[in-house]
Amino acid sequence: MFIIKQRKFFFIISAILVLLSIFAIYQIGIPLGIEFTGGTIIELNYDIAANRPASNELSTKLADLDLGQVLIQPLGDKAFLLRLKTINESEKENLVSISGGSEARYSSIGPSLGRELARKGVIALILTMILIIIYIAFVFRKVSLAALAGEAVSSWKYGVIAVVALVHDAFIATGFMVFLSKVLGLEADSLFLTALLMIIGLSVNDTIVVFDRIRENLRHPEGRHFDELVGKSILETMARSINTSLAVVLVLMAIYFLGAAGTKNFALIMTVGLIVGTYSSIFLASPLLVTWQKFTARRAERKG
Amino acid sequence: MAIIMSQKILIHLLTWRFSTIMAKMLKRRILSIVIIILAAGLAYFIFSDIRPFHLGLDLRGGSHLVYEADTSTLAPFDIADSMESLRGVIERRINAFGVSEPIIQSETAGLGPEASHRLIVELPGITDLKEALNLIDATPVLEFKEERPEGPEKEAIKKTITDFNAAIKEGEAPPQDISLELLNSDPNFIPTALTGRYLKRAQVAFGQNSISPSISIEFNAEGAKLFADLTEKNLGQPIAIYLDGKPLSAPVVRDVIRDGRAEISGDFTLTDARDLARDLNLGALPVAIKLLSTETVGPTLGQEALDRGITAGLVGLLFVASFMVFWYRLNGLIAAISLAIYIVLVLAIFKLLPVTLTAAGIAGFILSIGIAIDADILIFERMKEELRGGKHLHEAINDGFARAWLSIRDSNLSTVISAVVLFWLGTSLIKGFALTLIIGIIVSLFTAITITRNLLLAVAPGHQSSVVKFLFGHGLKR
Repeated sequence: MFIIKQRKFFFIISAILVLLSIFAIYQIGIPLGIEFTGGTIIELNYDIAANRPASNELSTKLADLDLGQVLIQPLGDKAFLLRLKTINESEKENLVSISGGSEARYSSIGPSLGRELARKGVIALILTMILIIIYIAFVFRKVSLAALAGEAVSSWKYGVIAVVALVHDAFIATGFMVFLSKVLGLEADSLFLTALLMIIGLSVNDTIVVFDRIRENLRHPEGRHFDELVGKSILETMARSINTSLAVVLVLMAIYFLGAAGTKNFALIMTVGLIVGTYSSIFLASPLLVTWQKFTARRAERKG
Repeated sequence: MAIIMSQKILIHLLTWRFSTIMAKMLKRRILSIVIIILAAGLAYFIFSDIRPFHLGLDLRGGSHLVYEADTSTLAPFDIADSMESLRGVIERRINAFGVSEPIIQSETAGLGPEASHRLIVELPGITDLKEALNLIDATPVLEFKEERPEGPEKEAIKKTITDFNAAIKEGEAPPQDISLELLNSDPNFIPTALTGRYLKRAQVAFGQNSISPSISIEFNAEGAKLFADLTEKNLGQPIAIYLDGKPLSAPVVRDVIRDGRAEISGDFTLTDARDLARDLNLGALPVAIKLLSTETVGPTLGQEALDRGITAGLVGLLFVASFMVFWYRLNGLIAAISLAIYIVLVLAIFKLLPVTLTAAGIAGFILSIGIAIDADILIFERMKEELRGGKHLHEAINDGFARAWLSIRDSNLSTVISAVVLFWLGTSLIKGFALTLIIGIIVSLFTAITITRNLLLAVAPGHQSSVVKFLFGHGLKR
């Protein structure tokens, strides 16, 4: 089967994408929003509605102050709510005078709260990966006993490969997010973390469907070798993988173009993660299974 | 003869087999109609005002405050109790403020001595926080003071105050060398260690020998000990009770009180007594609090987010349904119908539990529409393989479901794992997303294997024809 035969080519593509992402993350860094770092909220009041500038007008004015990203939300018809990084007293005064409004409220998100979310986020990512290895090892616990003499792959290897695929997806999605932050100036918020965890979940979802088919085909090998069975399984599940991804991408597009402002970036990052996730379950995870099986077989041969 | 007999038997057998299939199908069809009627009923419930949807602050407007409690002075085993009474005090204050449906929760972040104890306050509809913040932050200080002993200090304070007052009276500038510290001191009373921190509760009581009401107060264990010491030391002398630096009353100690209960008597009217008891309770804020974060969303912004969420959901549903009908034809139509039933079920659960819907929660729900259809796609792809293997339609449907089930279960559980971890992660924003997604996935497992299956078997004819082949086929080919 084409994908299995040319697997090295796809491995190289994946490696390049992951390396590019790591490079981007290392060079640019993940731009953390105020939910992670702590930050400031300022409420600006205008005495009459006509005195209040348009959001984008205020945004251009504030751009000169170099305060980083300032999120502007209208409150009622005479006020703005600004969210930005922690600023000092003189910067705040500049901001208020430039805005033409009066400061109605000034409050901040404590940095401790932000650090806590960041720490919890890292714990959540690691925890999800561990749970998924355990889960797959459990679900596929009988797969190593399948009737393919000498070519069986033990169940924990399925788990490890699923995790390799999801790490691949998470890195590329994060790399894309970093790229977007350069282009669109968006910042990582708690919904970015949510998107990352969901990408992981859905990536494994896809991988499991293919593995599940491999498990089933292993029960009736009909004289086929392991690599042929994996190729057959990929072909059999390909339509499903593509159609499901298409359905999810359709709803994500609806969220991106029509949904609430706060969930736009979430939908965009999820879309990329989902496409990469589908790619990795077909072109990375299953071929890796074959590579690992061949490697083990060769070593056993040399020993024997 | 024998041939005719066997032919008759054959015909009989065929019609019998046909009629059982017909009976089964009839049952399926009746069941399908019942399901659709039930779903229509649920849809009515969703659009009705019965048990309205619970909208989060980001959709209905309001404020979300996070306070950190300073528990550093408390013994570890006291913390839980203190947080609970803190919650109670603040809840009473907010209720007095007249906010509808406020949520006040205490929450612990981290573990052991590093743990941070928080109070989450949600005020729907309140966007001007000044008043609310003052109300919550205002920490009335309840103090118990004893008489200042006679001595040079007392004289000095008295003299300073008299001089100052005399100067003001004469219209002169107050003396330049006046000590502000002495001027602001109370000549008659000095603070003690006993404060509102140790007060458990205060309530209006009616004494046996008096018509006018009094206030009965109760200290916690530590406060009771302090109070015992204080009363022992000041037997026969007054102890003054101050709220926010203002004297409330100064009852004379008649007995040493060891049980931590005391009665403040005086010339109270019932209203005075009630107010005093309330002030004392308010003063008993057990822990100092600090505002960690505030979040406020205006009602217009919230309404906009809600409207956009609904539009995105409807359009997303329309996209997915069209795609399914286009690719999977009749199967796709059935998937679209069962998707509509899925949505009705999930929304009904959101109403009944109730689940607080946020913008992120709505996004999670819309995402779950895409994920829910995955089960149908898995089943249809399986059916396709079974049909290709030469099976009859009904057989293919049943086997397709049976074979796809393992994949559906195993793959969806991995998404549930992610969602559960997300739920544990826990800011309210993420929790809303995770919860709607978990409910969505579980319901989608149910609808895929019961409703889609039943509808499919109800419409699948017992015979094969090119029309049937087309309807149950898929893809771009005829």
